Amino acid sequence: MNLAGFPILSLITWLPLAGVFYIATLKGAEADIACHVRKAALLTSLVPLALGVWLWSQFNPAVAGFQFNEAYAWLPGLAVTYKVGIDGISLVLVLLTLFITPIAILSAQGITTRVRAFFSAVLLLESFTVAMFTATDFLVFYIFFEAVLLPMYLLIGVWGGPRRVYAALKFFLFTLFGSLFMLVALVWIWRNLGTTDIATLLHTPIPAGAQMWLFVAFLVAFGVKAAVWPLHTWLPDAYGEAPIPGTILLAAVLSKMGAYGFLRFAVPMLPNAVQQAEPLMFTLGVVAVIYISLVALAQTDVKRLIAYSSVAHMGVIIIGIFTFTVEGIEGALVQMLSHGLIIAGLFVATGVLAARGEGLAMNRLGGLARNMPGFAVLLMLFSLANMGLPGTSGFIGEILVIVGALKVNFWVSLLGGAGMVLGCAYMLVMVRAVLFDKHSSAAVAAFTDLKASEYAALIPLAVLVLWVGIYPASFTHLLDAPVAALVQTHTAALASHTQLAMVFSK
Amino acid sequence: MLTLVAVFAPLVGAIASALFRPIASKGAAILQSILFMLISAVAGVATLVSALHNGTPAPQHLFTWISVGAFTPGWTLRQDMLSLVMVAMVSVVSTVIHIYSIGYMAHDENRPRFFTYMSLFTFAMLMLVTANNLLQLFFGWEGVGLVSYLLINYWYERKAANEAALKAFIVNRVGDLAFAVGIALIYFVFGTISFNGIFQAVAAHGADHYTLFGHSLPALEIIGILLFIGAMGKSAQLFLHTWLPDAMEGPTPISALIHAATMVAAGVFMIVRFSPLLDAAPVALQVITVIGATTAFFAGTVGCVQNDIKRVIAYSTCSQLGYMFLAAGVGAYPVAIFHLINHAFFKALLFLSAGSVIHAMADEQDIRLMGGLWKKIPFTWLMLLIGSVALAGLPPFAGYYSKDAILDAAFAANTGISLYGFWMGVITAGLTAFYSTRLLLLVFHGPSRAPKHVHDHAHESPLVMLAPLAVLAVGAVTSGFLLHHAFIGGGSAAFWGASIVLEPHSVMNQLTSLPYWADHATIIAALTGIAVGLVFYVLAPGLPARLAQSLRPIYLFMLNKWYFDELYDWLFVRPALKIARAFWRYGDEQIIDGVPNGLAAATSELASGAGKLQTGSIAVYALVMLVGLLAFVSFFFLWVR
Repeated sequence: MNLAGFPILSLITWLPLAGVFYIATLKGAEADIACHVRKAALLTSLVPLALGVWLWSQFNPAVAGFQFNEAYAWLPGLAVTYKVGIDGISLVLVLLTLFITPIAILSAQGITTRVRAFFSAVLLLESFTVAMFTATDFLVFYIFFEAVLLPMYLLIGVWGGPRRVYAALKFFLFTLFGSLFMLVALVWIWRNLGTTDIATLLHTPIPAGAQMWLFVAFLVAFGVKAAVWPLHTWLPDAYGEAPIPGTILLAAVLSKMGAYGFLRFAVPMLPNAVQQAEPLMFTLGVVAVIYISLVALAQTDVKRLIAYSSVAHMGVIIIGIFTFTVEGIEGALVQMLSHGLIIAGLFVATGVLAARGEGLAMNRLGGLARNMPGFAVLLMLFSLANMGLPGTSGFIGEILVIVGALKVNFWVSLLGGAGMVLGCAYMLVMVRAVLFDKHSSAAVAAFTDLKASEYAALIPLAVLVLWVGIYPASFTHLLDAPVAALVQTHTAALASHTQLAMVFSK
Repeated sequence: MLTLVAVFAPLVGAIASALFRPIASKGAAILQSILFMLISAVAGVATLVSALHNGTPAPQHLFTWISVGAFTPGWTLRQDMLSLVMVAMVSVVSTVIHIYSIGYMAHDENRPRFFTYMSLFTFAMLMLVTANNLLQLFFGWEGVGLVSYLLINYWYERKAANEAALKAFIVNRVGDLAFAVGIALIYFVFGTISFNGIFQAVAAHGADHYTLFGHSLPALEIIGILLFIGAMGKSAQLFLHTWLPDAMEGPTPISALIHAATMVAAGVFMIVRFSPLLDAAPVALQVITVIGATTAFFAGTVGCVQNDIKRVIAYSTCSQLGYMFLAAGVGAYPVAIFHLINHAFFKALLFLSAGSVIHAMADEQDIRLMGGLWKKIPFTWLMLLIGSVALAGLPPFAGYYSKDAILDAAFAANTGISLYGFWMGVITAGLTAFYSTRLLLLVFHGPSRAPKHVHDHAHESPLVMLAPLAVLAVGAVTSGFLLHHAFIGGGSAAFWGASIVLEPHSVMNQLTSLPYWADHATIIAALTGIAVGLVFYVLAPGLPARLAQSLRPIYLFMLNKWYFDELYDWLFVRPALKIARAFWRYGDEQIIDGVPNGLAAATSELASGAGKLQTGSIAVYALVMLVGLLAFVSFFFLWVR
């Protein structure tokens, strides 16, 4: 079996489904059961979180490979097994997913139509996302990578803003388009290497000629998901139009799937191709940081500004991954975790503003520090974290990536770090427009401070942002072993390739 | 242990007053903040005294911060003499200013928030000076920057305060980016970012080279310059100075604490802290000398023509910080710290006295609308006089000792660049004395130019504001000759111990063997400046206006602060905003989004038989261009390492 003695990963993965079934059985008029559904969904999402924390306590950080493995025969004739397991990298992302889902549910107070369907979709999304992060078989990964699309598509298309249909379709087509490339790569690997088991694939060398093609496929697939510039334009629309809980899940969790894909597949399996692609990826990362930060600076709507800031931070993550240094990759991973927490906090705060009913245009807010002091403190904290202030989680990822990048290239380090300046500019402009200056209208002056449920969503995020900022070792020690192994394998693969080339050239 | 108390008491005070704010009365919250500050100050002084008697304790490790690969900065309190001197100064000055603020902020309805911020600031500043590795220093560095932002923006409904705060944060961040990359480069070269680890390995890496701009350059020089760019931002040196005068939008106690005595000196502290590395980076030191000396001169000229009492003092701060860098640049690190400590006392005194004037004049800050106040507020007059004399550099006040030593050091170093620093310093000493005299005369002497009711109502501030002034005045009078021996005199080697180690041929050993005229240049310049001030504003009061008229371009150039704000606005701010909009409207919405949307349109039109494949083709061309650019930049990263 595994360390836990029972199928803990499957339990965490599929428990939310039980909540879906329970919610589906509830009968009665929408308005009567809404409150009940909300509570049921919240409870259902808290149980996997508790299990996840227990899993964290049982996890052995010294092991670089997968732990808590489970395997079930699935397509025996095709040599495909339903296999799950976690290493430190997937554990951190699973924990992030489990933590963000209840936050998203708490921030769904504004959802009043089709409540049952809404919370079912959120819980389904949680199941699929965890399944995707824990998959240790490529086919299983691919299936859940695609499956995640469906509930998200519904969340945007049904409960979104005025341009929801356009945004949902764009999101769906972009991601589906990208995934098709991954499907081709998957089929190639399956046919030519004879297995889809990830642990086996990690030790199966792929011919250098094929690597480049596979990398291009992965780049499109994961690049769309991670909103790598210039594949990012679905994102502002999707983030802008999705309902707040959907935006939170999309930005905090789903945007990590792309970066996770690069780390899980592209980097370890295609060492030569990723090495060759390094300058391209650095360029894409730097462009994301500078170009997108400037675009963020031009925004006039709070939600869109935060959406663009999210893309800019993905640039930092991409740079970190492609440094192939321990500092850079761990920095990218901490940045993924931190970005998840911060962006969730910022979008919850956006939801707070939206719920006050005066819209999200920056020139129609202002002066809220006076009548919403609690909100002001928390929004300030998340904004500071987003610009990477030391003591918050944002700094740890940022500085590690800067440090890792400098080992490779001075300019990547400097330009990638330019987010420190530009991020500061657009976040402070936003904070000023929302919190400072004078009230732009009497309605804004009448905004009430945070309610209990809003505090309940924001405080845990704030605590974690500070925790990761002050004592990140609780999380980085999970990453040390797998990342060290990743870097080592990468270096070794390149070395052996070079040796081979030398042998042939003689 | 005492250091731990000194550093963390302000944090506890800040958190407690924030948490209890909803239930505690305003008075209780403030009292509580001050209590923790007193604890901090007592512990800060006690730890210094104990170190003087028993030697400095080892660094106190608290817990790990980051641990990734070899990148392992911890939370550690360094307790060498340089740190402890700074801890004592910061905690004492901060406590004094806390107490002053009781009176100054008495009519502000949110005043507990003010005290919370100030305590938080003190904590961050103490973390900065007790850092044992670069990253913790950076933590304090950014922390003080944050609280500075919050406090400049304290009256957040004022547009000017918003803009000044924004500017301060962003300009500082430009320097911080260079600092962060400098930290990364240090880690790359040394494999560690702990101070001891770096300093011990300087000799081993002295010949290391790093390729930049296609040239192989000495790594330590690049590091030194990157760190100095960081220091330029925080210490408002030329090119990154524009935020400091605007920061005067904050309440006056903040100007005294953050923008005069402590935070802005952090850059000097950091440069002195890195003296072991900088000694091996002569070019970086030359850059520091030139920028420091030029800043001193630049800010001195601007200070001569400003009319806002706080801005005059702000430019004076900028100028004095330039002196400190000049000292560090010629290798006279202890002199830099000596001036830093003296400056902390007399500049805090000047700002708080200015606050007392502003308080008396019903928030008026324009010195053209003052005059004749010395009979109304004699105590404040005396305090401002003491501060000004100390700033102008007359013996036996504090400023004389350190400024004289700085100029001596610059002269003794005897290189082309250090002599540039010397002459700039001498001229600036004259300017300093001039604008101090001008300020005193315009505010306190001559006829009153204020509206009658304001002048009639002018009154001395309450005791809670005057007592802190007296404390600082004692410092401004005595710190020079009291600390002289230990800081830069015969006792300095024993005093600084391992925290500042000087080279055998250091300029510090040559301070006493100078020609008579060079040794007395400070006093001569100061007396000249005072004399000119007296001529301008007592003997021939029409002269300044006539000069301003006949030398109008020069006058306007100085009045408009050498047009730096206008230049930056034209060079950076406007283009950035334009580019931002262009990227969004054209880059994102039309080009990048145009391709999929255009393809979608083309597909649907193709399906309906219209067959217009040209739709979106401009977008496609533009995309091709973008891809080309992308390839180009990629090659740049590939080849230009």
